[in-house]
Amino acid sequence: MGASQTHSEHKFQDLVDKTGFSLEQIINLHKRFKQLSGNEDTISRENLDSIPALATNPIRKQIIEAFFDKRNQRQDEVGSFHEIGFEQFLMVMSHFRPPTLKTTEEEREVMRREKLRFLFNMHDTDSDGTITLDEYRKVVEELLSKSGAIGLEAAKAIADAAMLEVASTNVPHMEPDEFYEGITFEHFEQILKGLEMESRMHIRFLDVNTTTMHCGK
Amino acid sequence: KLHPTSLNFLGLFSLPERALLLVLVLVFLQGSVLPLGAASSPDVSHQDKTDNHKVEAQGHNYTKKAFPVLSIDYHYIQTPFEISLWVLLASLMKLGFHLIPRLSSIVPESCLLIVVGLLVGGLIKLAGEQVPPVMNTRLFFLCLLPPIILDAGYFLPIRPFMENLGTILMFAVVGTLWNAFFIGGLLYAVCQIQPDNPSSLHQIELLPCLLFGSIISAVDPVAVLAVFEEIHINELLHILVFGESLLNDAVTVVLYHLFEEYSGIGTVSVLDGFLGVISFLVVALGGVLVGAIYGILAAFTSRFTSHTRVIEPLFVFVYSYMAYLSAEMFHLSGIMALIACGAVMRPYVEANISHKSHTTIKYFLKMWSSVSETLIFIFLGVATVDGPHNWNWTFVTVTVILCLVARVIGVVGLTYVINKFRIVKLTTKDQFIVAYGGLRGAIAFSLGFLLDPAHFAMREMFLTAIITVIFFTVFVQGMTIKPLVELLAVKKKQEAKRSINEEIHTQFLDHLLTGIEDICGHYGHHHWKDKLNRFNKKYVKKCLIAGERSKEPQLIAFYHKMEMKQAIELVESGGGVKLPAAMPSTVSMQNIQPKKPPPALPPERALPQLSKGREEEIRKILRSNLQRTRQRLRSYNRHTLVADPYEDGLNDFLIKKQKIIELEKKITEMNNYLTVPSAPPDSPTITRARLASDPQAYSVKPTSDSVPTIQVDLASPQSPDSVNLMDEFRNARQPEQDEDRGLMMKPPSEAKGPKRPEDAEGAKDQQRLMRCLSDPGPSADEDEDEPFLP
Repeated sequence: MGASQTHSEHKFQDLVDKTGFSLEQIINLHKRFKQLSGNEDTISRENLDSIPALATNPIRKQIIEAFFDKRNQRQDEVGSFHEIGFEQFLMVMSHFRPPTLKTTEEEREVMRREKLRFLFNMHDTDSDGTITLDEYRKVVEELLSKSGAIGLEAAKAIADAAMLEVASTNVPHMEPDEFYEGITFEHFEQILKGLEMESRMHIRFLDVNTTTMHCGK
Repeated sequence: KLHPTSLNFLGLFSLPERALLLVLVLVFLQGSVLPLGAASSPDVSHQDKTDNHKVEAQGHNYTKKAFPVLSIDYHYIQTPFEISLWVLLASLMKLGFHLIPRLSSIVPESCLLIVVGLLVGGLIKLAGEQVPPVMNTRLFFLCLLPPIILDAGYFLPIRPFMENLGTILMFAVVGTLWNAFFIGGLLYAVCQIQPDNPSSLHQIELLPCLLFGSIISAVDPVAVLAVFEEIHINELLHILVFGESLLNDAVTVVLYHLFEEYSGIGTVSVLDGFLGVISFLVVALGGVLVGAIYGILAAFTSRFTSHTRVIEPLFVFVYSYMAYLSAEMFHLSGIMALIACGAVMRPYVEANISHKSHTTIKYFLKMWSSVSETLIFIFLGVATVDGPHNWNWTFVTVTVILCLVARVIGVVGLTYVINKFRIVKLTTKDQFIVAYGGLRGAIAFSLGFLLDPAHFAMREMFLTAIITVIFFTVFVQGMTIKPLVELLAVKKKQEAKRSINEEIHTQFLDHLLTGIEDICGHYGHHHWKDKLNRFNKKYVKKCLIAGERSKEPQLIAFYHKMEMKQAIELVESGGGVKLPAAMPSTVSMQNIQPKKPPPALPPERALPQLSKGREEEIRKILRSNLQRTRQRLRSYNRHTLVADPYEDGLNDFLIKKQKIIELEKKITEMNNYLTVPSAPPDSPTITRARLASDPQAYSVKPTSDSVPTIQVDLASPQSPDSVNLMDEFRNARQPEQDEDRGLMMKPPSEAKGPKRPEDAEGAKDQQRLMRCLSDPGPSADEDEDEPFLP
């Protein structure tokens, strides 16, 4: 066990540099990874599906899909994995790190863009670089999926209104016969400017060395 | 003599100066009447008795006097008259300040009001009369403070408050404790080391000093509100300072009672200290519990008020006030009770009550809190002039310095600890603003006033010191905070309204983060929030919210509200025909989905092309229907606010719009419209969102005999009138149903058309509604869009 431990620690050190997590955080996440994968080296979609706490989440599918999306690996690939290893798992998780006191303005900008990119990828399911009206509708429908019939009817209207808003904010003057293809990443950034994503889209990663984490499995 | 008409000769002065003159005159008038009142009361009562005797004596032998045609009986109306006079003075002052724009931008209102109070007090003293004891502690705590706190609590932005609760509690509890002990302790030390003359300071013992420290250490919500409201600082800082000022009440109450009790005895044992801690928990949690109970009661009551809409606001006020009084009865923290009550009841009450009640509540709360605040500051000024003073240079200056120093050290130290636990850290700039925003106010003064002179010989010195600190913080810090905020380039409040995209993504983020937390496997902040939300949705909402509304998801509620607001704006801006030239965009739905025709649009957006023929047709149909509506609108009944068949013109209009749009949906399946999904007819959301709560005053003039039609919320189903329109449309459209070619224009024109020409016609009707819609009230309703744990 000693040898593999130093080996994994060495690997972890690489990951620290790549993802920005601290060593303790990576160790904790590794434990969780092992839990989820049943001590295997890779996680499949079924592993994540079986987390009971996720069952009540309306956008469960999108979240799980995001883990297997190649675009979130920051390597300019498209497509999706069938299974992911710990490194890919970490890469996805690293999108949820918060800014620190030392983060400069430019770094914040970069962080914000990364997080927005993550969200964008979640919406843009066909990887064509734009969120079309149908895709956006799907997003809203999923959000309201737990609300029964009222939800479905309203989803279309809401998605339409939202799309219209994006279009009018970004391309104010369109001729009646021009067609707004879909929300591009720049437009997406523009409309969500006010939300300050870098301060909102984060979770707390445990630094403390917790021995067992039974919750959720 | 100074009759308004005779002010014509003052045409030389500009308007603000004239107004100022008028205001000053009124101040003098009132200043002179008040002492009359104050003076006459003892005399009159005395006189009354003698009068009574005389009358009794005369009862037996009639001496005929002339019948008194005109007599003055001031005593009869004295108390309410004086109260009204004070309130009037306060309100006129407020008016006056805003007539002079430059002044109000340099000096915060609170300072001006204190100065006015000083003036009035000075006038009264000059007139040789006794200054009325206005800063009566009971009056303050039972009448003046609750409206302000209720206003703050009811409109408390829950999300930032909860997110920063840990930080706020740290500042409130630990910070206040630190301040109290630091100031009290060091003051005692300073008092003891007084050299030379056996000054009176030597007599002050430790416990009174600590008591004084605890009185002076609490940040005051009234002062903070008054000053921070004008500087428009970003949400985080605002909620930190404000939240602290609210939550430190529990600490102050406990410390005050603790030290006051034991000041007489002279020592505090460890057991007492321990009991003090327990007491603190009881006071704080007890207050919150009492408030929450009353809040739930209020929410539950509001579920049944659909038939008696007029008294709905009353429940909110009365339950809240009773929560406050109940908490005060048990010496629990009344402020926390009020906050808890307001915050708990708000989401449910708002879901249940009509829109008018909602507006009423908002306006009344703002009005009362505004008047209260004004009165408090004026009274502070008056009491300063009046109060027995004992100026001691050392004591006062040391106090002021210690307050500042303690605050700074406290904030810096605490932030260091807090930042270890916070994700979004507090920067130095933030710390500075938090420290600088620690204003003291009237609560400190009232608590000082409450001190029993028998036990505390140095009460007057304390009062003087308290007043000095208050003046210092309000004047110096209050006036300089605005330029400092500018100088330091502190982030300001974002004025942008919530857009539908932001709302969608806020929800999306919530779920996403909860999901990620679940995948990570630890129960974090989002997990518990999600759990609470689900519990709320499943059980609590069903109990407390009437009807269909309990099942409505938040996003849809938001969307409905937004849609209706836009519809109202369309109506108010004159039916879209007179859209301003500076129109932001020409994008319409057809730009988004070319094959699918655009439906009715949000009004600020484009005006898509309509085929003329279609438009005319629709106009004709609608005109005939609206004629009938217009006739009905003419009858006006001032007394009823409940559903009156003569007054729901706008409801009809909107229902018609809805039905038309519904019809479009039915005709073409493929096409998706920006429509309002058919909500159940009595869904309070739509009826409530129907009226923008604080519409801006539009300059469109109302036509002729404007009937200030009052909007009613629709508890009754649609009038038969709207059905006719549907039939007409159905008939008109039968032939076209088969036509399926490039649906470029037709369905959109039908959907859009009814809205626009209808608006054009309806606009004239609606302009009558302008009067009731167009009052500029307190600033926009961003708070309203906050649902429970958003």
